[in-house]
Amino acid sequence: MKAGSNLEKVLTSGHFAITGELGPPRGANADVVRKKAEFLRDKVDSINITDNQTSVVRMSSIAVSRIVIEMGLEPNAQMTCRDRNRIAIQSDLLGASALGIKNVLCLSGDHNKFGDHPQCKNVFDLDSMQLIMTLKHMRDEGKVLGGQELDGVPKFFIGAAANPFGDPFDFRVTRLAKKVEAGVDFVQTQCIYNMDKFRTFMKQAVDQGLTEKFHMLAGITPLKSLGMARYMAKFVPGLEVPDYYLKRLQGVEKKKQADEGIKIAVEQIQEMKETPGVAGVHLMAIEWEHRSPEIIEAAGLLPRPKLD
Amino acid sequence: MVIAERKPIEEILAMVADFKKILLVGCKGCVTVCCAGGTKEVGILGSALRIARKKAGNPLALVEHTLERQCDPEYIEQLAPMLENGEFDAVLSMACSVGPQFIAKRYLKQVFPALNTTFIGGSLEHGVWAEFCQSCGNCIIHNFGGLCPISRCSKSLMNGPCGGSSGGKCEVSNEIDCVWQLIYDRMTALGQVDRMRKIFPIKDWSTSRDGGPRKITREDLKL
Repeated sequence: MKAGSNLEKVLTSGHFAITGELGPPRGANADVVRKKAEFLRDKVDSINITDNQTSVVRMSSIAVSRIVIEMGLEPNAQMTCRDRNRIAIQSDLLGASALGIKNVLCLSGDHNKFGDHPQCKNVFDLDSMQLIMTLKHMRDEGKVLGGQELDGVPKFFIGAAANPFGDPFDFRVTRLAKKVEAGVDFVQTQCIYNMDKFRTFMKQAVDQGLTEKFHMLAGITPLKSLGMARYMAKFVPGLEVPDYYLKRLQGVEKKKQADEGIKIAVEQIQEMKETPGVAGVHLMAIEWEHRSPEIIEAAGLLPRPKLD
Repeated sequence: MVIAERKPIEEILAMVADFKKILLVGCKGCVTVCCAGGTKEVGILGSALRIARKKAGNPLALVEHTLERQCDPEYIEQLAPMLENGEFDAVLSMACSVGPQFIAKRYLKQVFPALNTTFIGGSLEHGVWAEFCQSCGNCIIHNFGGLCPISRCSKSLMNGPCGGSSGGKCEVSNEIDCVWQLIYDRMTALGQVDRMRKIFPIKDWSTSRDGGPRKITREDLKL
């Protein structure tokens, strides 16, 4: 065991994993966190806690992770390179470990231009690849990047993201291979809708032997409505929503679109279970945490394994 | 070269509102090439300021002068006859921001910048300039097919495109080419795409502005 997190145990014991996601609130109200997290109790193996997603100021991912730990749940703290230099990153990682956080997801971070403070200075001292290397260095060498020994080594199960649909497509598996070489233990992908393209991506990863070296969790985001599907298709860079899903949502009356979106998500999860190289799914029900349980239930992923 | 652009006329008028006698100083260096602060632009700004101030009932005595460069003390010295006799109460510089600082260092006068110094770049076509360098102080572009991801990737990523690269464009704006797409295309064309599999290590930023204001001393050139 590298960190001994529940997620690590589930994945290494060969169970099909399911992780959830919780977006921290814009405010200091911890009850919002508790309420959202409660929906995911016993439904997921770990909960991603986003780090100022879309560059909008929100409660700190590490603080929210701790609240989740105090509820007896397991967080996967996301950490971006956008807002911290290597001093702050390493400091936050030490603090995260001391607070009991065992999973960390390394991200470049959405560009600040999209958020509520586009006037800010961004950092990007490290990129996501180098952030993975930083965690691995601290964990395996017991040192900070500067070379000084750590008194108390942070043990993390190291995660990263991958977007199989970003361009150039042919480079995407190479970028994944780099993340594996950098030391990643698990990868969660961007929301997948184009299953054919995803299978092509996974085949390349499997053929190169990559999936033997890390655990791949496929990203699923249920489409809440036709409007959301259209928005995702049109305006989210690096995200593809095939026409057949748009048509399917269009084919049902507005009130039933959410149910149809959930049906699609369930089908996708079932397809993922059959996709070679896929070790689990990451369910990103954006501001829809309360609908996650029924999706997970319908996908036949309950009960979750309890491992010591 | 240094690319600059003129501040909006309203901003310049507001800056100099309390001054009656102004020396407007252009520069024949980079800002002449990028059409922001050369003799021609000095003439245009000078006329615009005079007209606006006259119209506002607050006439302005403004003299135009363009130096060979404003980033060398020897040229700044040429302003001495004009700035040491009390003829002007302020200087408006049309150089990159080095110019007004050099003038302020040499003369005890209020100095204003007429330009915004924007980036180190080059001309893409007539009237269009783009950023190509962030002066990180340790050039690494040979690792990336000769293209700079530090200045041209919105996140300065060093290990490939983020998930927001779409159709050759950056997620930040359709106006920005994804430099990682360009790097990939060029490395492919050069038959070197395999080199992109190599992890680019954590960068030492101490040669950049992060190491504090920088200075180069060339002993072989010192007098």
